[in-house]
Amino acid sequence: MTVRKNQAALTADEKRRFVAAVIALKRDGRYDGFVRTHNAFIMSDTDDSERTGHRSPSFLPWHRRFLLDFERALQSVDPSVALPYWDWSADRTVRASLWAPDFLGGTGRASDGRVTDGPFAASAGDWPVNVRVDGRTYLRRSLGTGVRELPTRAEVDSVLGIATYDMAPWNSASDGFRNHLEGWRGVNLHNRVHVWVGGQMATGVSPNDPVFWLHHAFVDKLWAEWQRRHPQAVYLPGGGTPDVVDLNETMKPWNDVRPADLLDHTRFYTFDTQAA
Amino acid sequence: MPGPTRRRALTAGAALAAAAGAAALLAPGASAAPHSHEGSLEPFDEVYKGRRIQGRPAAMDHGTGGHQHGHGGGYAVFVDGVQLHVMRNADGSWISVVSHYDPVTGPRAAARAAVDELQGATLLPFPAN
Repeated sequence: MTVRKNQAALTADEKRRFVAAVIALKRDGRYDGFVRTHNAFIMSDTDDSERTGHRSPSFLPWHRRFLLDFERALQSVDPSVALPYWDWSADRTVRASLWAPDFLGGTGRASDGRVTDGPFAASAGDWPVNVRVDGRTYLRRSLGTGVRELPTRAEVDSVLGIATYDMAPWNSASDGFRNHLEGWRGVNLHNRVHVWVGGQMATGVSPNDPVFWLHHAFVDKLWAEWQRRHPQAVYLPGGGTPDVVDLNETMKPWNDVRPADLLDHTRFYTFDTQAA
Repeated sequence: MPGPTRRRALTAGAALAAAAGAAALLAPGASAAPHSHEGSLEPFDEVYKGRRIQGRPAAMDHGTGGHQHGHGGGYAVFVDGVQLHVMRNADGSWISVVSHYDPVTGPRAAARAAVDELQGATLLPFPAN
């Protein structure tokens, strides 16, 4: 069984294996397929028409399945690898070990945002940015400039306290847990982290930055925490909603998996924090 | 409302002019009202930080390859002639593919945010390769 660990607790060997597996997927072309898929959904998910990956109830199960696909691809390279998660409410500065040269590398330089250290720096030669919206082929970041502060634990807790999963109109205007976690409304958790990192992470091609997976693994963990806090709560909507993935409807691009199949993460992986 | 970001602060009217110096040749109605409805958005055409940004209802695109999927509420935005994918949120705010998680007040603000983000780089036609 895969155990997803807090990135701050990884050993040097775990970091090395994770990075090597990510770079192997980049080299064989599979990595860029994930970037391309994400951008296609980002550009087509809209508030007033079909929406699946974002700004909709299926934001959480869609990303859960997307991360499962990525994690399985990593494991096809190195079966010991699991996706780590980044608790940005705790590791909230540029000095976090996450951004050290032995893991993801740090922020970009002031002149052009280019990341200059770590395994994903353009200078290392292993990380061409191929699926892109502009001419720049190097990984960029601008940690803490687009927005100054990452969410706090108190802000996270305030969102976990929302008892209803999602509400009509099932989009970026919704009240409820999903949209507050996604960040279009309220204190803004998930969206704000993308803005805080900057560079490609602030764009539709955000999976170009490997921190995308660690960010979403924590968003996914917060969904699990919310479920434990609200054991009676259910995924909504339950059926018959135009343009929106209901509980028992299949999700694109897979067309063989429903939110209902993804509600229980323990079928696929556990977290290092789970009580035995 | 999402927490304020520096970019949002910078695009708040008067602060923008101060921040951008004389880079923007401001046209009337410098930013779209937050709750403009489809069809009521005015076209714009200005040079911002040395780059031409334009926006217009997609209906005004006479076969110029304007994106018609309605993601921008039927509105098309261009940076130096290359179309920028924009999207209108349910609350009337806007985002673009280069600033996708940080809503701003309108398509012109989205175009300016894109120019800021690009730092001189060429926008590529979408969809991304």
